[in-house]
Amino acid sequence: MRKFKEFIIEKLILLCGLASIFFVLLIFLFLLKEGLAVFRSVTPFQFLTGRSWYPISEPPQLGILPLILGSLMVTAGAAAISIPVGVACAVYIAEIAPAQFKEVLKSGIELLAAIPSVVLGFVGMVTLVPWVKSIFHLPTGLTALSGSIMLAFMAMPTIVSVAEDALYSVPKSYKEGALALGATHWQVIHRVILPAASSGILAAVMLGIGRVIGETMAVMMITGNSAVIPNSILQPVRTLTATIAAEMGEAVVGSEHYFALFAVGIVLFVISFAVNVTADLFLHKKVS
Amino acid sequence: MLRKWLWFAVVSMFAVSCASAAGKNSIQIKGSDTMVNLGQSWAEKCMQDDPKNFIAVTGGGSGTGFSSLISGSCDIAMSSRNIKEKEISLAKQKGVNPFEVKVALDGLAVVVNPKNPVDKLTIDQLAQIFTGKITNWKEAGGQDAVIVILSREVNSGTHVYFKEHVLRKGDANSKEEFAPQALLLSSSQAIADEISQNPGAIGYYGMGYISNKQKAVMVAHDEKSPYVAPTVENVMSGSYPISRPLFFYANGEPSGLVKKFVDFCLSKKGQDIVVQTDFVPVSR
Repeated sequence: MRKFKEFIIEKLILLCGLASIFFVLLIFLFLLKEGLAVFRSVTPFQFLTGRSWYPISEPPQLGILPLILGSLMVTAGAAAISIPVGVACAVYIAEIAPAQFKEVLKSGIELLAAIPSVVLGFVGMVTLVPWVKSIFHLPTGLTALSGSIMLAFMAMPTIVSVAEDALYSVPKSYKEGALALGATHWQVIHRVILPAASSGILAAVMLGIGRVIGETMAVMMITGNSAVIPNSILQPVRTLTATIAAEMGEAVVGSEHYFALFAVGIVLFVISFAVNVTADLFLHKKVS
Repeated sequence: MLRKWLWFAVVSMFAVSCASAAGKNSIQIKGSDTMVNLGQSWAEKCMQDDPKNFIAVTGGGSGTGFSSLISGSCDIAMSSRNIKEKEISLAKQKGVNPFEVKVALDGLAVVVNPKNPVDKLTIDQLAQIFTGKITNWKEAGGQDAVIVILSREVNSGTHVYFKEHVLRKGDANSKEEFAPQALLLSSSQAIADEISQNPGAIGYYGMGYISNKQKAVMVAHDEKSPYVAPTVENVMSGSYPISRPLFFYANGEPSGLVKKFVDFCLSKKGQDIVVQTDFVPVSR
């Protein structure tokens, strides 16, 4: 009887494990089925490198280059802000902060992760946007930079907690050995601990970036959504995610516009899949 | 998307149950997406007043509404444009006689920040601003500042109307588009917020959103004609250039529930709903 119970539970858990893979597969197949239909009217090359996105004109112009560049620019900006700050924060928590303060910092950062993105977007819209506008003397504060700053806040918790784990798992003997050889604390961090934890930190960065690319709501609210190829971070941009969110509601099912939005979804899926696989590779490198 | 289907599912389930119970106490209304919310508010109120009535409202666009009216699959077609000659002759062939009722008006205000000295523009200037041919306010009689164009997202009927009637000036063959650098915001409220804090911005939306934090620009057809402010009176009299009538088309003189519903829409109560949904009541 006990054996039987064991067997049932084991199989149930296996089923749950398989289910998630099954769902990912189903979602991907659905995306492919709906998205690839757009290539009946445009070639993949036109779609990926076209410079105009006018999906409801007659005939529709479906070029997503401005959207891809918009997503990349916002992500790059967010990475440039969140990686140095996040890694430094992780080093401080793991190595320098006194035990009590460490707990406060850690829970503070976890709280940051708990703020819904729409709230961050809203706060950004009323505080950050006017601020960016007046500091840089721009015609509008709805820019890629505003989006980057807000997204940096969202990537920070992931980066800090994963990087802190990586730093923490560096064997104590490394640190002790280096200190015994007469290295200063900074030299230990800089020359021993950071290199030893580098693959874990890279994984942290990748996971953070993955979160940024997929983020929708905050970006839609504060980046201005104009589908123009950006030549500076102080310009409005339109991201892939915001395009899907803004336009899906009214796209006529079965129209070119509808299929094009699914194709945008495929592009997004491919990008975040690549980022996640990279993160995974680094994580596994650490284990071996 | 989901909401649309959910609505559809509820409506169709309800329709089946009603059709069997109440016979000809149900009508189908189809057409203009701009009018879907208005139509649904009317239908809900009308059904509340008399639960025996059943009125289903779906969108699809003015053209879809006409083709359903002609094929007999709806009782009333909602439209934000007049019926075309071609559609009338097609309807006549099928024995359908389109009967037009003007049920509401829709006025679009062009708004700027109150600090902006520009307070009047012609349609031509608007077209040049929104297509990106004019990029500085000094070319439109204002200060030396970059124009920030605000537009609704492409899913908005208002976006389409503005494009067709201001940017393309009603010319069906025109290929004018919004400038790519236009900021596309997801709601009229978002445009109103941005206008109120940005002296260089210009945007457009239904008149219901104007407050004292934005300044509505007076608009003229061309330089010779008078500049007109977007007020309910001016839209009702037809002197404000960016406004359009919203129609119902029925098959022949309305009778039965169709007549009851049209009468309800044109009644005081119905026209109050028009105001609540940010449209302009018809002059009566």
